Amino acid sequence: MEISEQKEAPSVIDRYYTRWYRTDLKGNACEDHCILQHSNRICVITLAETHPILQNGQSIKSINYQISAGCSRLNNKVSGKSKRGGQFLTEYAPLCRITCTDGKEYTIFSCIRGRLVEVNEDILTRPELLLEKPSTEGYIAVILPKFEESKSVTEGLLNREQYEEVISKRANQQSEPC
Amino acid sequence: MLSLREKDRPIIQKLLEAGCCGRCILRFCCIGTQSAYRLSTEDLQKELNAFVSSTEATAAAPPQSETNTHTPSDDQPSDDPPSKRIKLDPDSSEDGGGSERVPVVTMGPPADGTETPVCVCVVCLGVLQDFCDPHFAKKISEAVKSEDYAFEDLVLSVSLPAQLSVREHSCWLHIKKEVREKAMVLDKEDVIQVNKAFKWAIQGMLSQELKVPVVTKSPFEVAVGFIHPDTDADCHFLAEACSDCFKPTKNKESVFTRMAVVKALEKINDKRFLKEYPCPPMRPQAACVAQDTTCLHVSAFVAGRYNKFSRTLPQTPWVIDGERRMESSVEELIVAPLLNAFKSDSFNFSSSGREDVDVRTLGNGRPFAMELLNPHRSKFNKMEVRRIQEEINQSTDKIRVRDLQMVSRDAMSRMKEGEEEKTKCYSALIWTQKAIADEDIKFIANIKDLEIAQKTPLRVLHRRPLAVRQRVIHSMSTRYRDPHHFTLQLKTQAGTYIKEFVHGDFGRTKPNLGQLMKAEVDILELDVESVDVDWPPAIPE
Repeated sequence: MEISEQKEAPSVIDRYYTRWYRTDLKGNACEDHCILQHSNRICVITLAETHPILQNGQSIKSINYQISAGCSRLNNKVSGKSKRGGQFLTEYAPLCRITCTDGKEYTIFSCIRGRLVEVNEDILTRPELLLEKPSTEGYIAVILPKFEESKSVTEGLLNREQYEEVISKRANQQSEPC
Repeated sequence: MLSLREKDRPIIQKLLEAGCCGRCILRFCCIGTQSAYRLSTEDLQKELNAFVSSTEATAAAPPQSETNTHTPSDDQPSDDPPSKRIKLDPDSSEDGGGSERVPVVTMGPPADGTETPVCVCVVCLGVLQDFCDPHFAKKISEAVKSEDYAFEDLVLSVSLPAQLSVREHSCWLHIKKEVREKAMVLDKEDVIQVNKAFKWAIQGMLSQELKVPVVTKSPFEVAVGFIHPDTDADCHFLAEACSDCFKPTKNKESVFTRMAVVKALEKINDKRFLKEYPCPPMRPQAACVAQDTTCLHVSAFVAGRYNKFSRTLPQTPWVIDGERRMESSVEELIVAPLLNAFKSDSFNFSSSGREDVDVRTLGNGRPFAMELLNPHRSKFNKMEVRRIQEEINQSTDKIRVRDLQMVSRDAMSRMKEGEEEKTKCYSALIWTQKAIADEDIKFIANIKDLEIAQKTPLRVLHRRPLAVRQRVIHSMSTRYRDPHHFTLQLKTQAGTYIKEFVHGDFGRTKPNLGQLMKAEVDILELDVESVDVDWPPAIPE
């Protein structure tokens, strides 16, 4: 009981961000992403709590922002107010690849169109952040959609309610006997 | 009276023949006596005629009238009301014709109300004719009075059509030949400029009407402008001759600005000029048209400190997608009585930093300054300023202003200088997820001059560059409120983002309070307790 009383005010994310989701990315079951969009249109890409990396006490072997031989998200540099020079990403642009100790590799995608502002380098040295605080300190990247696309970039995404529906359907399917 | 000399005579004669008005003749004779320009147009013409004819008689110059300045223009003789031109000299002196005309001149201005066609000066296009009379002075004065400014003196500014410079140049070349023959030393720079002559002619009358001196430097500017669309094309040949002088720019309607034309005239050689443009200039059909008189008073500046007691009041109007997010703002609450008192058109607000909409500013408040543009009233004594401050404070309980005072423009920069070095004190209400034990917060007070690295907070990243800023938290103290809340007091370097220091902003501020306390924390309320900038000076209540 006490826990529910602890805080009447919503969290930082509740106050300033809208949660958007993309589930089963690229047809891969349960590879759900969460996009936190700030009221100023800035987007923070995170793993959704249902992503396989966050299930069953996985642990992380490596995180790689080098998405191809010629392209590393770590080389992204922006300058000025308009974030000139940042890599422009489309919805299915990979941000990084995460390998778990069980050998499985997962690709994290941009999910929205926009300019890459920064990637979270802290998770390279402390991958446990990704597992412990996936929606805050364990974020993947920050993306700034174009001004004129700030509303439309989230059009193909699920809102929190729709996401929860997907999750509960998924749970029902799994619990149904084959 | 006119201090004309013998060697002016050929110049005067030539200019009269060319269709120059009296004041332009004075200008080309380099007469620097202001009073000469204040003579009425008629009297001046009389004097010039007398001066020329006095020798013509002795020189026995045959009367000649081939210049034919009496071409009756399309002026209607009697239909027009006899208001504007009645004062104008109807005499025919322009042709410099025979001495027998002189007696006609002495008959004085016509009182019969008929309008005799008056030739518009080929150089000033009438600026130094019609517009130098008391009627026009009165018209300017009425325009100034109707704006209801308070002023102690004024500066008159005159804007002339660019083609006047072309005509001036042509006329200069016209008499230069004559001048050289006579071996007289006279340079183009010595010619009195049209706007100077205009001011000399009219500013005495203006001064009398408005009962203030007309000076060369004043915070209050009265601007008169003239246009002459018929002859705008006079300049166009210069574009071909000196194309580099006429580069199109964004904000100019025409490339033929006065500056550009003057520059081109300096470059073009006489031969080319004379090939492209008549010398002396062609006689114009009509005089310039005066544009509306405009007034401008230099900005007034006030400064003070404000408190903000509301958590739903932004500092400046908050507009998203053209829609207003919150009613009112600190800026608007302060400025409304000021605009009213200064009768000002508009304003610029600036302050020593700013607070979020949900942050209060307590203590002595935050320094601010306000530029009031084009104030119709700008002098206020201390009591009057105090009354304005009271009016602001009585108009709302969301803010409070103190130390309100008049300041100079220069003083305003003191508010912004060294902003980064100054310190600010804050009080924050902190929530912690786990119940607070004494030792959980006690250690905080021992932390001194903590260096933190802040990446540009996500909440402002859309409009600021991405950077990592080093900031110092000089000291902190805590006060226990209940198991999950405590008050955190901070003294920090200006420019520290407090909210991000508390919640960490996705780990982008390091270290943050959550890391220091090894707990999940959030900031629920924030107050600015003091902004340690010692400007503006305090005013005792």
